[in-house]
Amino acid sequence: MNQPSQHPHSVVQEFHPRAREALANPQIRANFRKAMDGLMTKRQTAFEGWELEALRDLGANIRQRALSKLPDLLEQLEANLTANGVQVHWANDGDEACQIIRDICVAREAKKVIKGKSMVSEEMELNHYLEAQGIEALESDLGEYIVQLAEETPSHIIMPAIHKNTTEISDLLHDKTGTERSHDVNYLTASARQQLREKFMQADVGVSGVNFAVAETGTLCLVENEGNGRMTTTAPACHIAVTGIEKVLEKLDDVPPLLALLTRSATGQHITTYFNMISRPRQPGEQDGPEAVHLVLVDNGRSSIYQDNELLETLRCIRCGACMNHCPVYTRVGGHTYGTTYPGPIGSILMPHLLGLDETQHMPTASSLCGACGEVCPVKIPIPDLLVRLRRESVDGDKLRVSEVRGHGVKRRRVESLAWLGWQWMHSRPQLYRLGTAVSARLRALVPQKLGAWTRYRSAPRLAPQTLHQMMQKRTPTAANTSQQPHREATR
Amino acid sequence: MTRETLRILYFYSGIAVDSTSTVLQTPEQVKIIMTDAIRVYPPKPRKVYFYGTCLIDLFYPDAGLAGVQLLEREGIEVVFPQNQTCCGQPAYTSGYHDEARAVAASQLGLFPDDWPIVVPSGSCGGMMRKHYPDLFRGTPQADSANAVAGRVWELTDFLLNVCHIKLDDLGEPTTVALHTSCSARREMGVADVGPRLLDQLKNVTRVEQARPEECCGFGGTFAVRHPEISGAMVTDKVESMITAGAPEFVTTDCGCLMNIAGCAEKAERPLTGQHILSFLWQRVSTPAPGNDDGAQS
Repeated sequence: MNQPSQHPHSVVQEFHPRAREALANPQIRANFRKAMDGLMTKRQTAFEGWELEALRDLGANIRQRALSKLPDLLEQLEANLTANGVQVHWANDGDEACQIIRDICVAREAKKVIKGKSMVSEEMELNHYLEAQGIEALESDLGEYIVQLAEETPSHIIMPAIHKNTTEISDLLHDKTGTERSHDVNYLTASARQQLREKFMQADVGVSGVNFAVAETGTLCLVENEGNGRMTTTAPACHIAVTGIEKVLEKLDDVPPLLALLTRSATGQHITTYFNMISRPRQPGEQDGPEAVHLVLVDNGRSSIYQDNELLETLRCIRCGACMNHCPVYTRVGGHTYGTTYPGPIGSILMPHLLGLDETQHMPTASSLCGACGEVCPVKIPIPDLLVRLRRESVDGDKLRVSEVRGHGVKRRRVESLAWLGWQWMHSRPQLYRLGTAVSARLRALVPQKLGAWTRYRSAPRLAPQTLHQMMQKRTPTAANTSQQPHREATR
Repeated sequence: MTRETLRILYFYSGIAVDSTSTVLQTPEQVKIIMTDAIRVYPPKPRKVYFYGTCLIDLFYPDAGLAGVQLLEREGIEVVFPQNQTCCGQPAYTSGYHDEARAVAASQLGLFPDDWPIVVPSGSCGGMMRKHYPDLFRGTPQADSANAVAGRVWELTDFLLNVCHIKLDDLGEPTTVALHTSCSARREMGVADVGPRLLDQLKNVTRVEQARPEECCGFGGTFAVRHPEISGAMVTDKVESMITAGAPEFVTTDCGCLMNIAGCAEKAERPLTGQHILSFLWQRVSTPAPGNDDGAQS
């Protein structure tokens, strides 16, 4: 089985302190609330007039069909890309993928790499790896550029710098690049654009992600708004696309519905400013485009997710980020609290596979299971059900179903297990339950007014003087506990 | 460079079922396969089983009784199986599925006749309706669990769409906000029911708080495992209702009630709450004003 590489920046264990810090930071709270409110409204508006449920069904079906044929489609993709002159590489984990990219750079004597937005490259920590090898890797997506200047990691998979407001960005650009301070977003954008434009011309290699890889035609699709993706994939002499193995689609016809879902779910756009379809390097007689194109297919734990028919629904994800935008927990604590490449609901069902449940044990619990994520997912990933599945695996909670995720059982504690066993014992014995609840009701004055974490923000719940069981028993003395009771006259 | 990945994918490739393999290319046809089938409401039955839930049993029995009385007002005989305890949800969402299954199994036999099972909670209803089939899949009780799941109805949904209840408002003019629980909204799909019931009451002004669809932060053990996040969520919910101009709120689930009302009380904010069933029963049964005994029971 392909084990993903360890994530040096994974400090998921510190979830609680980071959550407290984020909650106590009014700037973070306000930035996320405002941004997420805007994104939710935009999404809703963008889908007006669409048969959204039918479209989501279609999206889910397209992705599920691709997964059902995944190995065949990957081979078909490789064959078609190779025939088109694109070199295809396979990487078991992030380190291998980084090495492949380094080797390509070294062979070309490349010193400067310009990058389009790619979450899988974040997962691999490609920038750090290349810099350690003496190769400069510069982010060209504006959000990623800001995050890189700030020496941070993305806090959102679509909008990496969403945790910062205009003032913070203005200050950062001023300190790092000498840009004049301004609240004019257009000015700040234009200034960053100017700086990046020169970098595109100097870069030896462009590295991009992939949104959809079409097996039928050997086409790499790239969705973006800034044009930096097109620059990255066309200006340098060499383009390296990097993607997770799950991003493959069977045919070109599968693209339009997924693209419609992706842009509307992500940013509420009917279409992005740029949609690139890349299928081969520059041909003889053509004026532009890279002379060499590579695709690096990264496994990094995905093939182990693929081994379970429930968990593999995770791989349907098209990385729109709608689950984050709609998550009340993510909105409160922001992306950095999670401490992982992918935060929020999708991160909480994906990262345990990449890092192990032992490293990510807080993630499946950091949800009220409100279901907002599953409701908006454009490919209908049952995120709440998968969170429960991972909670179950965290405690090895089901003797009938084997735990499969690396690090399972990490949260199994004798005391907690005994408590649930006691709960089971009482609640599967009705007489005992009735006795216990009746005694509790009688002794309700003894319930303490402080109940740990609950009463930090709420008053203690008050037991009623009688249980509903007692009320119903008194009301209909003949009614025992079956349907054989005499027919009572209904009151009206 | 290696093809280890491909070898693994081929080995397991039978696992991913192609949901479109038998199908059908138009969106309408695909819809049949993926989207939950719309539930067909039965004609109004003579009798129902009432599944009171453990939170109502211990903390809000008046809400349960109100639900029973509303059903009886519709001419329905209410059977309350005395051997009911808990649906098993607390253990289920915490990952303790052996324990959840044992408790749920003890409940499956409580409903021998083919009457609907009504539940005054979207959350417990969702557990029984949506999760029992998964929990018992491959066990000897699977058929029994599926049969129970298929008969479970959220009570306000049942009152509105099966009983076609007509509410004559006898109460004094008042203003309320409604919080529909996430499970009622998303698992049971009955988000439109609460507003429609409240809007039948001529003396009740229903105000809508900002982000009505956002979770109140209860989430069972979430409230104690992540107290700060849950606390932030419920504080926002309380403030949104007060800002909307509601001195009181009603909700479809006792978990949310305990959370929101408990937070308002602790923070000494001017907001009280009760279960929507308590509220509805008071409006149709009590002409007298000043009825606040339902709040916090």
